Amino acid sequence: MARIIVVTSGKGGVGKTTTSASISTGLAKRGHKTVVVDFDVGLRNLDLIMNCERRVVYDFVNVIQGEASLTQALIRDKRVDTLYILPASQTREKEALTKEGVERVINELSETFDYIICDSPAGIEHGALMALYYADEAIVVTNPEVSSVRDSDRILGILQSKSRRAEMGQDPAREHLLVTRYNPERVERGEMLSVADVEEILAVPLLGVIPESQVVLNASNQGLPVILEENSDAGQAYDDAVARLLGEEREQRFMTVQKKGFFSRMFKGG
Amino acid sequence: MSFLDYFRGKKSGSSASVAKERLQIIVAHERGQREQPDYLPQLQQELLAVIRKYVQISDDMVQVEVDRNESCSVLELNVTLPER
Repeated sequence: MARIIVVTSGKGGVGKTTTSASISTGLAKRGHKTVVVDFDVGLRNLDLIMNCERRVVYDFVNVIQGEASLTQALIRDKRVDTLYILPASQTREKEALTKEGVERVINELSETFDYIICDSPAGIEHGALMALYYADEAIVVTNPEVSSVRDSDRILGILQSKSRRAEMGQDPAREHLLVTRYNPERVERGEMLSVADVEEILAVPLLGVIPESQVVLNASNQGLPVILEENSDAGQAYDDAVARLLGEEREQRFMTVQKKGFFSRMFKGG
Repeated sequence: MSFLDYFRGKKSGSSASVAKERLQIIVAHERGQREQPDYLPQLQQELLAVIRKYVQISDDMVQVEVDRNESCSVLELNVTLPER
């Protein structure tokens, strides 16, 4: 049985696709057969972040409507050979993702894959509902900022009431909090919510903290999941998150300011 | 952080603590609404219409809430009547 994990947030632009790309790459790198599915019909971008935009022939909707087989639509990653991408359709209506169609595809993927990562679109509309509907687990991506935290709480409520697990009265999906674009300097200055604040408000166990980093944009420019930037802070933070997802104990990093000397603090004003 | 803040120990009054406070309030409020049954807004409207046949009251003078315990649910109806 595959573990079905949705990457969701409610709010847009917080790092869902970046996270989906890195988490799936990290799982695959550890030898797990992993597929990452783009649910953002009409605004697909996972293909760009994973650098396979020119290899898309068939997509998720083609498979649902029987115009292509899953094998035809899946794109094998060029860097990690246990990783596959199922791109979203760029031209169809979001409603093309029917509950039955999505279920059929998820079931078929479950037969061959260990992990199915569902990259949710922003919002709480149909596409986002479909992405979380079949999930066993949810990674809620949150920026330490008011609108993102509120929207995360909203999507958590939807997960708890509208997912298949909720409708069938099964155990709820396991929730993980991933705080992204974290800036410990600003937290220390009292200008940004701390991880502890976000955890306290959302009451979801912390999977990891990804520091705000220039490496993320540089990586996406090149179509490289940032986890493959193994020497970077953001890459290592994603690697920690993947390890924790697999049950490994790893201490939280990147949550505090690299300590400067006493004198530079006093005279540089920050 | 200025020289003095370093000793004072920042936090309270910072924009982050304002954010946290605002979030705690709005999130608690929205969670409360989330747990309410779907029919509640309409029930509230219809109750309002019935009461208005007899007394003139404004929209916010009828509060309807459902409290769910382990064994029973309580529908709490709170109507504020205008002073005569």
